[in-house]
Amino acid sequence: MRYALLCYDSDDIVGGWTTRQEEEVFAKHEAVEKELADQGRLGPNLSLMPTSAAITVRSSGEPIVMDGPFAETKEQLLGFWIIDCASLEEAIETARRFASHKQTGAIEIRPVALRDQARA
Amino acid sequence: MNDERDRQWIEVAVKAARPQAVGALLRYFRDLDIAEEAFQEACLRALTTWPRKGRPRDPAAWLIWVARNAGIDDLRRRKTMEGPPDDIAVPAADTEAALADRLDGAAYHDDILRLLFTCCHPELPVQQQIALALRIVSGLSVVEIARAFLISESAAEQRITRAKRRIAEAGLPFELPGATACAERVTAVAAMIYLLFNEGYSASGGTLHMRLPLCEEAIRLARLLLRLFPGDCEVMGLTGLLLLQHARAAARLDADQAIVLLEDQDRGRWDRKLIGEGLFLVEKAGRHQRAGPLQVQAAIAAVHARAGHPEETDWTQIEQLYALLETLQPSPIVTLNRAVAVSKAHGPQKALALIEPLADRLSSYFNFHGVKGALLAQLGRADDARVALNRAIVLARTPAEAAHIRLQLDQLLRDRES
Repeated sequence: MRYALLCYDSDDIVGGWTTRQEEEVFAKHEAVEKELADQGRLGPNLSLMPTSAAITVRSSGEPIVMDGPFAETKEQLLGFWIIDCASLEEAIETARRFASHKQTGAIEIRPVALRDQARA
Repeated sequence: MNDERDRQWIEVAVKAARPQAVGALLRYFRDLDIAEEAFQEACLRALTTWPRKGRPRDPAAWLIWVARNAGIDDLRRRKTMEGPPDDIAVPAADTEAALADRLDGAAYHDDILRLLFTCCHPELPVQQQIALALRIVSGLSVVEIARAFLISESAAEQRITRAKRRIAEAGLPFELPGATACAERVTAVAAMIYLLFNEGYSASGGTLHMRLPLCEEAIRLARLLLRLFPGDCEVMGLTGLLLLQHARAAARLDADQAIVLLEDQDRGRWDRKLIGEGLFLVEKAGRHQRAGPLQVQAAIAAVHARAGHPEETDWTQIEQLYALLETLQPSPIVTLNRAVAVSKAHGPQKALALIEPLADRLSSYFNFHGVKGALLAQLGRADDARVALNRAIVLARTPAEAAHIRLQLDQLLRDRES
């Protein structure tokens, strides 16, 4: 089964990290990513620019282009990993490891419903 | 989890919550001093409570709640001069959640906006605006502010105290202004943030490491302003401009702390992540076709950022952008900068013709004589060049500027000998 691990946190908090804190978190992330990659379980994974760079195209007859993020929330989507897991337990365990690298935010686990046809 | 790491994470959470929390407290108490002191008190409590009881779900809501109670107690104590107050109530988990939901509403935007507008009160001189914003919005200590501006602690303290007194006398703006006035205030806030960035950016070599935090703080405030006004092109331009300039920070000084000119910088040391975000914001603003001075300056920085090597720089485009900036914001300094682009695109003769009419207005400006000297040297007029460069040295504001001119004078000397 393929899962998306969606990483949420506050732009303000992550933007306020010291360089050392940032390096610490990313180094720990990379260790887990390498392990997943070695097992052939790591798919696309990426981090996003802050929501101050966001643009939203809203469907409404003729789509409307708006500056800013889709929703005003305290925590924003900062990035995601696509991973292969044998079970939900395994997905939760992986998310738990990513989540333990920092002190705030959350990781949402979303099973992937439809695989990218080109990749399948 | 050890104490040191705990403390670091709490610091980040408190700093992130600060504008919202102080903004909400200012709305509640209508007094900057009380709001600030109450927030400090809540932060002290967070340091002892959070490691013990765990971090609250919403640090901002927790801090506002505790600070508000602390502020009320303090006011009561001052009034009655009675003994120590009762223990400050710490919100239970369910009230905290309810409070967090309430805070999610429109108040969040208005509180932060009011806080920024208060710091950029039209009655305040710009240096006081900057000092006040650093103290109130960013939470820098007086010592940090004094160090960053190379002034004494008492001078920094005085700047902040005077600013607060002026605001108290003029009356705090508790109703947010209407759309037109609001746009004016946003422009004032953007200008304050740009000046704050320049305070950090134009520092002389030896103190740069102390001033870099000013640049970072300015970027943080610009991003905050952009979140409040996601569709404001000039705020996009401001944020893009700061990111693109700051991306070059590591390449701007050599091992001896001397300034490295743009064309001599090691572009491999430019921060690609910041450049990517900056370029995107410039592009995003450009979609609206509502050019403003900050967007144009950001677009100029973007042309430099896109050039992998100095010789790939599109000087014709830079010249056109400076020409546009001249119409939006006419100033002899902009013309001088345009002349530099003209010299790159069309040669020194044309550039010299462009700056000669500026001689009266820029006679005491270091860079005017520096540019003029460089153009004259390119034209082979060594004696005239030397006169201009000597004048520039006299007017240099920092040792780094003087050193840069001295290099050009040495080059002239070598050219003559060879």
